[in-house]
Amino acid sequence: MTAPSPSPPATREGASAASAPLVSLRGVGKRFANGTLALEGVDLDIAPGEFLSILGPSGCGKSTLLRLIAGLAEPSAGRVAWAPGHEERRREIGFVFQDPTLMPWATALDNVRLPLRLAGLPRAEGEARAAAALARVGLAGFERAWPRELSGGMRMRVSIARALVTRPSLLLMDEPFAALDELTRHRLNDDLLALWAESGITVVFVTHSVFESVYLSTRIAVMAARPGRVAAELRQDGAPAPREPEFRTSAAYAALCREASHALAAATAAAP
Amino acid sequence: MNGGEGLLRWAAPGLLGLAVLALWEGLVRAYAVPDYVLPGPVAIARALAADWPLLSASLLVTLEVAALALVAAVSVGGLLAVLFAQSRWVERALFPYAVVLQVTPIVAIAPLILIWVDSVTIALLICAWIVAFFPILSNTVLGLNSADRNLADLFRLYGATRWQALWLLRLPSALPFFLAGLRVAGGLALIGAVVAEFVAGAGGAGSGLAFRILEASFQLRIPRMFAALALISACGIAIFALLGLVQHLLLRRWHESALRPER
Repeated sequence: MTAPSPSPPATREGASAASAPLVSLRGVGKRFANGTLALEGVDLDIAPGEFLSILGPSGCGKSTLLRLIAGLAEPSAGRVAWAPGHEERRREIGFVFQDPTLMPWATALDNVRLPLRLAGLPRAEGEARAAAALARVGLAGFERAWPRELSGGMRMRVSIARALVTRPSLLLMDEPFAALDELTRHRLNDDLLALWAESGITVVFVTHSVFESVYLSTRIAVMAARPGRVAAELRQDGAPAPREPEFRTSAAYAALCREASHALAAATAAAP
Repeated sequence: MNGGEGLLRWAAPGLLGLAVLALWEGLVRAYAVPDYVLPGPVAIARALAADWPLLSASLLVTLEVAALALVAAVSVGGLLAVLFAQSRWVERALFPYAVVLQVTPIVAIAPLILIWVDSVTIALLICAWIVAFFPILSNTVLGLNSADRNLADLFRLYGATRWQALWLLRLPSALPFFLAGLRVAGGLALIGAVVAEFVAGAGGAGSGLAFRILEASFQLRIPRMFAALALISACGIAIFALLGLVQHLLLRRWHESALRPER
């Protein structure tokens, strides 16, 4: 994960515009049993290989949207459709929660091996793949560590390794770095981008941070609250293709952040 | 924690105990209290040594009943808890009856059980089991239902079967709760066995410590009565400590309760 990030595969050039979406949401709404309307009329296409951020204030239904994409909840209106050949969701999805959500009674290796174990993979093969996934997130040598012995950032890395161990085509992340300190968050941001670039995985990243979304994404969907809906979509065309840490201090970054902040402010102001 | 401090931790209650015993012995001697009213520690120790063959045999009988009752409480309480956790409806239907068993005083049920069951040993076992199984049941049900919600979602996302979710998620989550219940149940099994023996009042070769207490009180052998009482207390403490050790060994790697504060 510490290796310099290679540029994205050539197939990614213009992928979001040209090829069919991996997942498309049409008129998606969600009303909870208590009557709260969490989402209404969400139209969103997730293109293969893109890094899509969902940016919005707390309580705008970002997490609900992610759960609908993951199939952990069913929409009460509209539909979530997968591209042909990708219908069997559990093979396609990796999910990273806001908390590392590790099993405290299992070692890092066993935590990462969990999805393979649930799929019935033999232990030896599962352990080999789990160890490789841990190495990819920079945690080689920590296989036997217990979650409580690891720092917050390392636990999140274990969580990411677990999400990647099944080699999913879509990685869903629900404010994964919100609880971490800034330095750790920046390092994880860079490592996540390197992973994304080298694996060609599609990422949907929920965040409430304008700066994080601009730094990471190829596209930002800005959400408004009550009911939750997509208020604006920002294409990050002005950003360099492989991001370098210097991007954080560049004028282009500042301009994109300003644009995203305005879009977010407009979305928030429009809410009743 | 350094050695001196550790020593002090054991020394403080030990010294206090010795001081109380010395005061007790001193008062008994100073006021020349007869043994049949209140024996001093020395007289009790003498009785314990003299009656050891009799008392140790009875101790084994009581301990056997308590241990078997605990094993039965763990099996039945644990299985019922897993059954309850499978469906809210099963839990709603059965839990009230478990509560009824728990709140009805065992002294009141014991005579009935002794009438219905021919074997005294089995009857004692049932009484001790009734007292011991509830903490295991209620704690394990609570534990099975307190698995992390996000982890449960993760299991669902990866298409885990009911069995996998039970074995890999809900049972490990319930373990600390189960062990806390087990520690309470261990003491209760002993109490249940002793109380049931009191009610049964069964004598003869295979009689437990409670019968020895009754017998000694009829014969006004008060030092022996105290010796039997001391044995019961010592067993209760030993069971509690042993189950605490089991708890520590099983949880020390990961559970907050087993962690030492960082210094």
